[in-house]
Amino acid sequence: MNKKIKSILATDCGSTTTKAVLIEFKEDRYHLTFRGEAPTTVEAPFEDVTKGVLNAVMEIEELSGRTILDGDKIITPDDGSKGVDIYVSTSSAGGGLQMMVAGVVKSMSGESAERAALGAGSIVMDVLASNDGRLPHEKITRIRQLRPDMILLSGGTDGGTTTHVMELAEILAAANPRPRLGQNYKLPVIYAGNNKAQDSIRETLGEISDLDIVDNIRPVLEQENLEPSRDKIHDLFMEHVMAQAPGYKKLMSWTDAPIMPTPGAVGSLIEMIAKKENISVVGVDIGGATTDIFSVFEGKFNRTVSANLGMSYSICNVLAESGLDNVLRWVPFDIDRSELTNRIGNKMIRPTTVPQSLEELVIEQAIAREALRLSFIQHKEFATSLKGVQSERTISDAFEQSSSGQSLVNMMDLDLLVGSGGVLSHAPRRQQSARMLIDAFMPEGITQLAVDSIFMMPQLGVLANIDKDELKEDASQAALEVFDNDCLIRLGTCVTPVGNAKPNSKMADVTLTFGDGSVKEIEINEGSLEMMEHPYDEVKVHIKPARGIDVGSGKGEELESVIYGGVVGLIFDGRNRPITLSKESDQRIDSLLSWSKAVDEYPKGEMF
Amino acid sequence: MAHSYTPGLKVLKKTIFKKERILPLKGDVLVKSGDQLTPDTIVASTNLPGNVQMLKVSNILNIDPKDVVEALQVKEGQEVKKGDIIAETSGIFGMFKSSVESPVDGTIESISQSTGRVVVREAPIPVEVDAYVSGVVDEVIQNEGIVLKSNAAFIQGIFGIAGEKRGDLLVVSSGPGEELTADQITANMKGKILIGGSFLSLEAYKKALSIQVAGIVVGGFNYYDLKAILGYNLGVAITGTEKLNTALIVTEGYGSIPMSEATFSLLKENDGKAASINGATQIRAGVIRPEIVIPIDSGNTDEDSSSKMPEGIQEGSTVRVIRSPNFGKIGKVISLPSELNKMESETMVRVAEINIDGKNILIPRANLEMVETE
Repeated sequence: MNKKIKSILATDCGSTTTKAVLIEFKEDRYHLTFRGEAPTTVEAPFEDVTKGVLNAVMEIEELSGRTILDGDKIITPDDGSKGVDIYVSTSSAGGGLQMMVAGVVKSMSGESAERAALGAGSIVMDVLASNDGRLPHEKITRIRQLRPDMILLSGGTDGGTTTHVMELAEILAAANPRPRLGQNYKLPVIYAGNNKAQDSIRETLGEISDLDIVDNIRPVLEQENLEPSRDKIHDLFMEHVMAQAPGYKKLMSWTDAPIMPTPGAVGSLIEMIAKKENISVVGVDIGGATTDIFSVFEGKFNRTVSANLGMSYSICNVLAESGLDNVLRWVPFDIDRSELTNRIGNKMIRPTTVPQSLEELVIEQAIAREALRLSFIQHKEFATSLKGVQSERTISDAFEQSSSGQSLVNMMDLDLLVGSGGVLSHAPRRQQSARMLIDAFMPEGITQLAVDSIFMMPQLGVLANIDKDELKEDASQAALEVFDNDCLIRLGTCVTPVGNAKPNSKMADVTLTFGDGSVKEIEINEGSLEMMEHPYDEVKVHIKPARGIDVGSGKGEELESVIYGGVVGLIFDGRNRPITLSKESDQRIDSLLSWSKAVDEYPKGEMF
Repeated sequence: MAHSYTPGLKVLKKTIFKKERILPLKGDVLVKSGDQLTPDTIVASTNLPGNVQMLKVSNILNIDPKDVVEALQVKEGQEVKKGDIIAETSGIFGMFKSSVESPVDGTIESISQSTGRVVVREAPIPVEVDAYVSGVVDEVIQNEGIVLKSNAAFIQGIFGIAGEKRGDLLVVSSGPGEELTADQITANMKGKILIGGSFLSLEAYKKALSIQVAGIVVGGFNYYDLKAILGYNLGVAITGTEKLNTALIVTEGYGSIPMSEATFSLLKENDGKAASINGATQIRAGVIRPEIVIPIDSGNTDEDSSSKMPEGIQEGSTVRVIRSPNFGKIGKVISLPSELNKMESETMVRVAEINIDGKNILIPRANLEMVETE
């Protein structure tokens, strides 16, 4: 048996901050023991990502009193008093991985290619397709303007007609695209289309690009095979994109596993959790510029990036896409509209400011609800029923996909909703995070809520992905244990009966049996929101819904289950799905204030 | 003394301004190290590959892609004129021929037997890069461009629209707190860069556009007025490519906000001088702020006052509040307590104690911006 891994150092090089965590095996499990952070140093004047990594690690050294560095080297292995056993890292610095994908039919191979690229953790700048309505020269101009890090080309089923995918290849060749970073290397292109066209593709693209050919992403119409493309994207990300970014060659030589794109690591962690616990999971990371959503339903993983929905750099875009009225419906006071837009504009141009007044906080959280809601709509539209070879479908199913398929996202099936990103992780009260998640995602039935307190999912994700045989087992144990015990803050469970109910009518009777044997009865009424404080331990629950109302077993069917409290507790949500607010300002404000009061969302005072 | 890093925009009386002027593709550099440059000097040029036209020859002639070669009247690399025959079928006994003509002047780039398409590339598109600011060539970057160097006053704005413009500065507002109104903008201001105080209305901007003012520098502008200029809601602050005759540089933010005293007085000092401005803004990692560059004659070329930028706010520093409440107000730092403080929003933050209008109040350090007083 191999020696047990005693300590792990993991970093995530974000576009602004590099975060380091130290994980140590103590007593009987892995613990997160220290963390440090420092500004990322990819850009001038430093232009060397390892400087930021060293600074973040030095902070850990200071806090822990443990020596990890010898000059600018990480000491390995751990000799009990200094050094660490393994070091891993993720990166989204320098704009992350930016890709362009191409497929013959936009809603078929185009969508599969997009899914593969997103799943690998990239930003998809554009999807080219033979039927996207653009003329060849327009496509060429677009390719030239975008300068992606790499291109994934797909199209055609194996052995089928090659004409369309060859046309796309010819368009790429005519554009002769250049990579975003570095003037002196050829753009990586991955071909994952009809195998019959491989020779012609080599002829057309072999000279002008750095071409890699992998198995077809859609070998037959009703089958999707994303894995080979995803793996190749990860390889090329390391070999080409990262190798061009300042300091990465050095960083790569330090790590014990390949550097992963940050969202790719988060996605794989969520996928692993869902698989291990056999549950459906939705994870969200709301940042300053983008919002990433990950989901696993029916064992199928999907990721979307809403590139321009965020809380600072793209805050005005949330306003533009949702409309001012949709933001203001969550605000329980009147405010001058033009002054509000100027305030939001100022947040965009000075993205690092924080809400000082309660009024500013409420507005910011109202915008967050809309950013999350819009991102989730995009996710539901994209996460459709086709993924992976194991999910074979009939020909008739495949044709349905052209109408963008059946969404896999079923809120009644959702078991765990995890939020992360500043506005959710750093909300002054955890009740606020719970409210934002519930109002935006509108869970149904029984759903557990959690936040990632310090956003360490990327580091845990890369840890869970270590391939080396001698490290694999311990690393994934460490990832899971730290995720469960240190990373997630369990907010509690939301219980939501769903169905048409008259205003204020009874929707369900709930009987709660606690660990000490005590029993409590609760009634959920339409339009109400109630909270019961209870820590993170088991509560047996029996729910008897009213006629026509569903809590997860079907309309009117009773349900027995076990639920968990958390730092917020148990939340009973009788509000309609979708949550609708009165058009009458007074009524709307009354509802908002009563919901806030029920969960103790904001400090009591003039406003609440 | 306690001190804290707070980002501030540069307002420099005299600095060595350096700027890369680079081609989008490799090409020829037309100047050499040490050459004197005016803003209009072309420093480098190249040709972008021309647009391509893709002709579906097999479809048009209704023949198999592999038979396209037989029907071709041209070879790869051959130049063609608009209307030249590219391919033609032999027809039946020389009759009923059908043909494909070139839709443009250009060169036959490729002929595909797998798709039956012929690619015609149009003439290259010349691209030139000018110096933008007067100065000297500091360094030549082979085949790519140059680094320009100039002694200049240099001011950054917070947000702008439209790209590079140049013109003579003209201070219109009498003070930093005064709005620049439409009736102050007159026909003789064509080609000038106007300096206003606290605010510019949409009406005033439109008037400036109509008389082709080169640019306007002003303290504040309304966010919702941008839509009327740009034609869309500005969702993310990435600008610079707007095709507008009048660049707009906002130095303080959205709303009516007096221009900082330092910015206004430096602009006033340089009233009438030639300046180059760029409204391009990118608020993302690798932030780009709009800029005003005013080349100045100076015997002493070595001084670089950018290195004298204050490192952060200290007790006694003058700062501006950049988020509501007290947005736009200017005050003096009384103290910088090291412990976290709870705000009204219950957010725990590091604060600064600021004296504003005679009252001492606590404000998150993240909501303060340094105001240079010299």
